Amino acid sequence: MGAMIQKDDGFDAAKSEPAIRFGHVSKVFGGVRALDDVSFEVGRGEVHCLAGENGSGKSTLIKIITGVYRPEPGAEMEYFGKAETSVTPNSARGRGIAVIWQDLALFPEMTVAENIAFDTLLGIRPRLVSHKGMRDTARAALAKLGVDLDLEARLNTLPIAQRQVVAIARALVSDARLIFMDEPTASLTQAETDHLLAVVRTLSAAGVAVVFVSHRLAEVLEISSRVTVLRDGRLVGVYQTQGMTQSRLTELMTGKTFDTVVGARDTAANRKVLEIENLTRRGEYEDVSLVVRAGEILGLTGLIGAGRTELCHTLFGMTRPDRGTIRLNGKVLTMNSNRDAVAAGIAYVSEDRLALGLVQPQSIADNLVIPVLDRISGADGLISRRKKGDLVRKWLVDLAIKTGRPEDAVATLSGGNQQRVALAKWLATEPKVLILDSPTVGVDVGARAGIYKIVRALADQGLAILLISDEVSEVHFNADRILHMAGGRMIGEYDPRRTTLHELEEAVYA
Amino acid sequence: MRSFIRAYPTEARLFAVLVAICLFLSLASDSFFTLGNFASLLNNNSVNVIWAVGLLVVLIAGGIDISFAVAASVVQYLCVYAFEAIGGGGWVIGFLVAGGIGITIGFINAALIHRFRIISIVVTIATYNAMFGLLMFITSGRYLYNLPEWWTNRVTIFETQTAQGTWVELALPVAVMAGAMAATWFLIRHTTTGRQLFAFGDNPEGARRAGINIALMQFVAFGWMGLMAGIGGLMQAHIVQEVVPNALIGRELDVLAAVVLGGARLGGGRGSVLGCFLGVLLVAVTQNGLNLLGVSPFAFKMVVGVIILSAISMSNLKLAGLVKVMRGGR
Ligand SMILES: Nc1ncnc2c1ncn2[C@@H]1O[C@H](COP(=O)(O)OP(=O)(O)OP(=O)(O)O)[C@@H](O)[C@H]1O
Ligand SMILES: [Mg+2]
Repeated sequence: MGAMIQKDDGFDAAKSEPAIRFGHVSKVFGGVRALDDVSFEVGRGEVHCLAGENGSGKSTLIKIITGVYRPEPGAEMEYFGKAETSVTPNSARGRGIAVIWQDLALFPEMTVAENIAFDTLLGIRPRLVSHKGMRDTARAALAKLGVDLDLEARLNTLPIAQRQVVAIARALVSDARLIFMDEPTASLTQAETDHLLAVVRTLSAAGVAVVFVSHRLAEVLEISSRVTVLRDGRLVGVYQTQGMTQSRLTELMTGKTFDTVVGARDTAANRKVLEIENLTRRGEYEDVSLVVRAGEILGLTGLIGAGRTELCHTLFGMTRPDRGTIRLNGKVLTMNSNRDAVAAGIAYVSEDRLALGLVQPQSIADNLVIPVLDRISGADGLISRRKKGDLVRKWLVDLAIKTGRPEDAVATLSGGNQQRVALAKWLATEPKVLILDSPTVGVDVGARAGIYKIVRALADQGLAILLISDEVSEVHFNADRILHMAGGRMIGEYDPRRTTLHELEEAVYA
Repeated sequence: MRSFIRAYPTEARLFAVLVAICLFLSLASDSFFTLGNFASLLNNNSVNVIWAVGLLVVLIAGGIDISFAVAASVVQYLCVYAFEAIGGGGWVIGFLVAGGIGITIGFINAALIHRFRIISIVVTIATYNAMFGLLMFITSGRYLYNLPEWWTNRVTIFETQTAQGTWVELALPVAVMAGAMAATWFLIRHTTTGRQLFAFGDNPEGARRAGINIALMQFVAFGWMGLMAGIGGLMQAHIVQEVVPNALIGRELDVLAAVVLGGARLGGGRGSVLGCFLGVLLVAVTQNGLNLLGVSPFAFKMVVGVIILSAISMSNLKLAGLVKVMRGGR
């Protein structure tokens, strides 16, 4: 495919002097060609988006520019007008480049302050540590983001969204001239995302270039002036975002077109599977009642602190309610642990599955079959290779997981593909009730469609599905019914067929 | 106090357990809660603490070292020959030579680990066997008694007479232990290199992406371990006034257990000097108590095993949560 680079006319900074200019970048991992002769250019002070499906090579390109990976010979690299032949993470940082990594790359055992101030105060030549300096630096960076965190808290005590905030703050500390943000909004709520986008605009106005990666195309179009599109490791082109639409961008990324239609159906007559009555857990949620029917996808939306995740923890047996009842297929269910929940047929795909759900060094195949070992073992109690192979192949195809071989370690997959493995792992348990907490965070448009096709197919087989998302459009197009939760209470119910997306967004984000 | 418990839950818990055991032993035995007994506890465990803070640094950096006790024996033998060759020596030269040889052995471990990307447990088991084999082969298992005078003469750093008229004294190894603890504390808390060791142990890939020099981390960690192994070896020979090739075999596991008991995490990123000290002390106090109570020495190891298991499994009980509950009265 010939690169059909469109000349940019709108962005002046890019024309004058680029912050970075890369040409003929290729990268091969074993047999996988992650990048193939890609060129990439970012103007000073420009907000530039890097778009592409999962596994298209976005993170790999970022790692090459920041000196983590070495490109194949023949690459041309230029930083702020100076050509380079080799870069290391240190020299890249010295040139004024900072990164928010897709996998955060933070230090879980260290404090919030240490994580934020790491690059400027700890990751340097031997000298004395200034504990006060670290706290001041961290506080200033968090203030830029308008958030307040306990600076002395260990990072691993924070929920994933706050860790993301720490990763963002860390990149803002150094006086960077170019910041890469690899899916910084993946686990942020709408309000936090808005705040980040405002920070990006401020940075850009101050002459700092930002390279932004996100699978939420609305964000991409809102924030950037140009977008570079990759597909299968190759450059598709560089485009002005002025006049670009989501569907056009999707087409460029995937080579296919997707149409979004409201998929809701009438499920009111179906058998009730999960019933919750007046469920209360003090300080988390109050008087929650809901019903999920067989074959139904019930959407649950709301802002952060709405109590959605806490409710899920109770439904999955991880916490106990103070009051109220949970019924499964008409029978009252009391659970002492999540093992009870799994035994009862409840599966929960949690929002931070990337951190908790996968054994990174193990193979994709082994990760997939962990919860279903008994189903794939033969009469002798040993694992049947044939059954395992069949199961793994089925899920790799169904979720279109892009992988070299099923024996490769999960760690070698792109972020979005890891996500799909985590999802497939739970789907393989064939549960009765499936709780999906933000299942498409960090998943590209094409794969989202794939995941929803599967979720719909599971519902059609009679599964009761509780779908949680803070992307209102996601529940609007995919749920049969939508509940709106705020402040720990259910405050509204909507029928997607009778409500427009706009009305729903007004209701939730207002 | 509360912030301490929050930041160092393991150390706080360990301290509570230690206090409880001490209280019990003071009631059960007359001779436990005496100045003399405490002094001898410190004198007898200083070498273990010196090794423990060395091992701590390796554990923080995500590694493990099985070979340090054998390394200490090697240091002792080489020191004897070296002092003979230079015709005596003294404490300053002693520390330099013992520390230098120790660091060299640590660097060999680090080089093998870094150069060939082999995990540290495998490398140090290999060097353990190689060094021990070589030591036994070359010395034919011979003991050495002809140590220089300065090395074996007792050095008292503090003495006092109790009301009963017995002399209580702290010996040189206790001072060296204090120095080793202070230096290690300074390294891991107050230097950027020390904090980088934590980061490297915690998330090696993250550390690499932050541009941390991975080779340097391995050399600092194992070099520090080697330094402590050497100094500990020097002190050990000073105490027992002889050098025996297989005397220290097995000590590595006692020290490792004490360090892990003190809150260092196998796998890296967590641990403190205070924890090491308390860990060694807990094991020592328990043994000491059993001794005073007249329990058969053969039961010691078993009881110590039980203590370690129960202390580690108690980490499920969150002390900070307990404090909150007690304060809130709920
Ligand atoms: N260390 C590695 N070893 C082997 N293969 C790798 C490695 N890193 C990346 N890959 C492969 O390179 C390709 C591109 O991955 P990359 O992470 O750059 O994708 P991405 O565009 O960032 O995707 P996502 O949106 O899912 O994050 C994928 O096929 C991935 O499996
Ligand atoms: Mg990526």
